[in-house]
Amino acid sequence: MVAAVSSPSARASSATVAVEGLSHWYGHAAMRRQVLQGVDLTITPGEVVLLTGPSGCGKTTLLTLVGALRSVQQGSVRVFGQELHGAGRDVRQRLRRSIGMIFQGHNLLRCLTAEQNVQMGSDLLEGLSYRARRDQARQWLRAVGLGDELGKLPHDLSGGQKQRVAIARALAARPRLLLADEPTAALDSRTGREVVDLLQSLAREQGCGVLMVTHDPRILDVADRLVRMEDGRLMQDG
Amino acid sequence: MNQFWRSRRIPLAWLLLARQPMRLGVALAGIAFAGILMFMQLGFRDGLFEASVTVHKLFDADLVLMSPRTMSSIGMAGFPRRRLVQAMADPEVSGTTPVHWNLLLWRNPQTRNTRSILTLGFDPTDPLFTDPTLTEKAKALTQKGRVLFDDRSRPEFGPIAEWFKQGKVVETEVAGKRVRVAELVSLGPSFGADGNMLTSRETFLQLMPGTPPGSIELGLIRLKPGADPAQVAARLKTMLPSDVSIYTKKGFEEFEKNYWRSSTAIGFIFTLGAGMGFVVGCVIVYQILYSDVSDHLPEYATLMAMGYRLAGLLGVVAREALILAMLGYLPAYLAGQGLYALVRSGTRLPVEMDPQRALLVFGMILVMCMGSAAFAMRRLADADPAEIF
Repeated sequence: MVAAVSSPSARASSATVAVEGLSHWYGHAAMRRQVLQGVDLTITPGEVVLLTGPSGCGKTTLLTLVGALRSVQQGSVRVFGQELHGAGRDVRQRLRRSIGMIFQGHNLLRCLTAEQNVQMGSDLLEGLSYRARRDQARQWLRAVGLGDELGKLPHDLSGGQKQRVAIARALAARPRLLLADEPTAALDSRTGREVVDLLQSLAREQGCGVLMVTHDPRILDVADRLVRMEDGRLMQDG
Repeated sequence: MNQFWRSRRIPLAWLLLARQPMRLGVALAGIAFAGILMFMQLGFRDGLFEASVTVHKLFDADLVLMSPRTMSSIGMAGFPRRRLVQAMADPEVSGTTPVHWNLLLWRNPQTRNTRSILTLGFDPTDPLFTDPTLTEKAKALTQKGRVLFDDRSRPEFGPIAEWFKQGKVVETEVAGKRVRVAELVSLGPSFGADGNMLTSRETFLQLMPGTPPGSIELGLIRLKPGADPAQVAARLKTMLPSDVSIYTKKGFEEFEKNYWRSSTAIGFIFTLGAGMGFVVGCVIVYQILYSDVSDHLPEYATLMAMGYRLAGLLGVVAREALILAMLGYLPAYLAGQGLYALVRSGTRLPVEMDPQRALLVFGMILVMCMGSAAFAMRRLADADPAEIF
């Protein structure tokens, strides 16, 4: 982690995410296919950016590149000021600790209770006692309205509850950037709405930037900015 | 302590195992099975070697003289009895017993079949075994043609003990001469001898008239209290001519065990058996851990996406293996104890749970689990956090 960037003044002056001229390809030689073409995108601290577009247009690829899950091939991706182009596995792994991720499937650990799943997030924080980390996990679960379901396994939770546990887990690591890939895809419209509202308010409180991929037209109003992607290019209209 | 609370994490390895009781059960059963197999095979092996010295262990001796030509208890060569008298010259030697030792043919009085029996000839007034009850029984040997029969000899020698206890006069033929059973003793069969009998020197020489005069097969030497057997042995070695070999009692037992170890396939067969158990265990643990990692691959990938290090996740698999090893060893150990007791009562084989073997088997189970884990970990490399979105 880059210590200088985490101070308030530095954070205000620099963007959470700064993408410039990002291009990406899949496959080799004749099978090589370009999925991103010169993408530019900036997310400031606390800003909620929604990314829409037809499937296969490169949204998820962009998300994985910003999330330091893939190595950058061409162009520049800076997250909290850290350049990801050419960054090694270790640098990316450490950076990911400050990035919360919420997946289309909830991806909770099946063998852990709701509380333990969230604690897997707070366990990433250094210098805290076990008790402190567990208390934080409980607080987060209460914040997402699951204070009564602490000891339940994912198996016993509804789809909306699981997604809320996933949000609590992502936030428990105190991220400065949240990436979400269609978090409402598996939810009905009412729970979907609730989950997104929750995500937005908690992210605001934490001052953490949000980049959310979604197809869901009912939740577009939570965005500070809407970005549309088509054939690997961004068309900003927010 | 503070450090502990700081580094304490969710016990993921344990929870991964515990929340799948079926799989855990299968894994533990497999490991326990492998452990029991190893315990049994190694136990039999050591037990059989131990059984080769059943009689050796009974002798009342600190040092033992044998002919250098002697290879084992089934082929004892003679040496001059004078060497024992010479050994008495050492100030720390307190007493000696010359012993004749040979395998003779015993005729089963019921079926008339013959079978070789280990026969020891000694002076009934000399101490032979540490067991004090023998001294009393040995008095009966002063009469010629009397023998003490080992009631733990194999049943092929005839219902000797049974008849004797019924009060019958038990007489039979040994090496073609008539003998009468004067008393029963309890020694136990060994590898080289299915049965044992004791007799006086006179009777022994009568049964074996070809024995050269003044030649014995075994010399027992007892030392004064506090004497160091190794030191005295070294002194005797320089003092006595090279027609005798000197062993400590332990060395005498080892000499015999070594013969069976090197000249038979026992060691090889049972070690191979234990190896099979090891391999079976490896396959089971590998299967379990591999499918466990495969099933949880998306979850491992999620943890990596969250910022957990690959090394940390490998540690989870390693800890799973460690837990499996410890939990699987426990039932194997207990079952091993039980089976040893069963074998002891069923076959009279001296099989004990000695700590060295207990440790060895635990070590093998540990290697088995950790090795399997190392192979299963390669599957973790397939966990690509970029693929989970």
